[in-house]
Amino acid sequence: MTPLIELRKVSKYFGPVVSLKDIDMRVYAGEVHCLLGDNGAGKSTLIKALSGVHQPSEGQIYMEGQPVVFNSPRDALDKGIATVYQDLAMLPLMSISRNFFLGREPKKKVGPFTLYDAAFAAQVAREEMKKIGIDIRDPDQPVGTLSGGERQSVAIARAVYFGAKVLILDEPTSALGVKESAVVLKYIVQAKLRGLGVIFITHNVHHAWAVGDTFTVLNRGRSYGTFKKEEATREQLLQMMAGGEELEALAVELDLIAKKDPTTAAQIEHKAAEELHKPN
Amino acid sequence: MAVRTQDERLRPISLWQRLLLRPELGSIAGLVVVFGFFAIAAGGSGFLTWAGTRNYLEVAAQLGILAAAVALLMIGGEFDLSVGSMIGVAAVMMAILSHPDYGGLPISLSLVITLGFALLIGYFNGWLVLRTGLPSFIVTLAMMFILSGANIGFTKLITKLTIVSGLGDSLAKDPLSFLFTGAFLGLPAAVWWWLGVTLVLSWVLLRTPFGNWIFGAGGDPTAARNVGVPVRRVKITLFMLTAAAATVVAAIQVMGLGSANVLQGMGKELEAVAASVIGGCLLSGGYGSVIGAGIGALILAIVQQGIVYTNIDLDWFKVMVGGMILGAVILNNYLRKLSMQVRR
Repeated sequence: MTPLIELRKVSKYFGPVVSLKDIDMRVYAGEVHCLLGDNGAGKSTLIKALSGVHQPSEGQIYMEGQPVVFNSPRDALDKGIATVYQDLAMLPLMSISRNFFLGREPKKKVGPFTLYDAAFAAQVAREEMKKIGIDIRDPDQPVGTLSGGERQSVAIARAVYFGAKVLILDEPTSALGVKESAVVLKYIVQAKLRGLGVIFITHNVHHAWAVGDTFTVLNRGRSYGTFKKEEATREQLLQMMAGGEELEALAVELDLIAKKDPTTAAQIEHKAAEELHKPN
Repeated sequence: MAVRTQDERLRPISLWQRLLLRPELGSIAGLVVVFGFFAIAAGGSGFLTWAGTRNYLEVAAQLGILAAAVALLMIGGEFDLSVGSMIGVAAVMMAILSHPDYGGLPISLSLVITLGFALLIGYFNGWLVLRTGLPSFIVTLAMMFILSGANIGFTKLITKLTIVSGLGDSLAKDPLSFLFTGAFLGLPAAVWWWLGVTLVLSWVLLRTPFGNWIFGAGGDPTAARNVGVPVRRVKITLFMLTAAAATVVAAIQVMGLGSANVLQGMGKELEAVAASVIGGCLLSGGYGSVIGAGIGALILAIVQQGIVYTNIDLDWFKVMVGGMILGAVILNNYLRKLSMQVRR
């Protein structure tokens, strides 16, 4: 099967800084591909390369087997790659249906005038939201009245409606509570079942594990490789994300402190463990 | 959220909550209060008569034409402080062009030339704001000084005075001037212009794709650009629109008075902003209403003209305007917060 989108040896340099080095990645239709990594691992640079914000310094991106170049976010969008950023790019004071269609307004002709088809926009916004399981009571209500999870779902529904083949979700659950995260994870699975290739960026292994089919782990701009769910365990992923050797170094350091001051060391260790395992 | 039952989700939204979503709500309340106050305080001395009504409608009309365009610009996320000076420039330009001693052109032709010049200034304002990335507040503040200074300079250079008068003949010859100075159904042309401009711009804002772009460009320009809204074009168009509105006001004044003064329009830029803000526009952009700006202009005019009919000294007019602005903005802010509460 040809991957929907494929990266071959993609690198990105910013002056002397190596942000990405030799990244290989394949995303297939109907799968959730999780992109994992700690802060600074290169996740953001990678999605920016995929969504047309940056162009790779080296390497090539292929879409359905054909080499492609994304010149701008709009270009990537037109080629079927929709990115839902963390900040959502939604206007809180604008209604759901107007947000949904911003930049791609449905038009109707009335005499010599081209009008914004508000009724059609409201109907589609309501239907599309319903398809992913949200009953919005009123498509005219401002997006600001929606909860974080619901806003996230409007953004996803919009991407799906406008024919995205690849859906990139940048940390969609990082700002959400536990229940809301569960709702968003559900939409991710629904998008996948509708045949989209979903790239799910997160640093929360628990969320990734719940919905992911394949996992690519980034660390310091390099890839640890791609793993199928059955090939890896949650703990291995976590270990890789944190950078195995760094964790070992930390252990040694903690050991040294422990010899001098056993109680503080225990506290630090406990805190570190909590940090790593908290589900955000 | 996921476990919410069907019934709860389909709960109808109360009429009150729907009303709260309207940005004009605060200004309507303000209008009722202000009108009520003057009806009681000055009803006996002529405020409620037809002459009194016509009086404040005329004042509201000129401000309202300006405020409608300024409101759109504010919703689009920008400011234009040069629009008052633009009135002065347009008025003097029109007057000099058609004055028998100078240009000698028919008034309709000088109107077209002036409009072209105003659109150019509007374009330049927008281009400069977007090119430099500076706040439009600063850029148009500078333009306000440049325009009013240059206006005095050029006018004195050409006419040795700061007033251009004696347009009576040239005006009477031109049938077009009726469009700006005539009356229809007992109301002066300015009022019809006001109603027309307000309705058309409100229609553009709420019923056309361009209107959606205005909201988007003002609400979050980066987000709007990312989904394909031509933010640059939208904003420049809006700057040109305010300059055009200033020209219309100038035309009404010049043709009505038969003369032009370099100081014409001074301070109108802030009155137009005040009317827009009373009408529900946010200074930060992305929210507001053209109809609301019209109601805001009406409120300011009622206060300004109504005070004449009361025993209150005219010197207190500005205090009342300031109080109105403050009260309206606090009310609008409160109503908007109420409407934006997450409905769970």
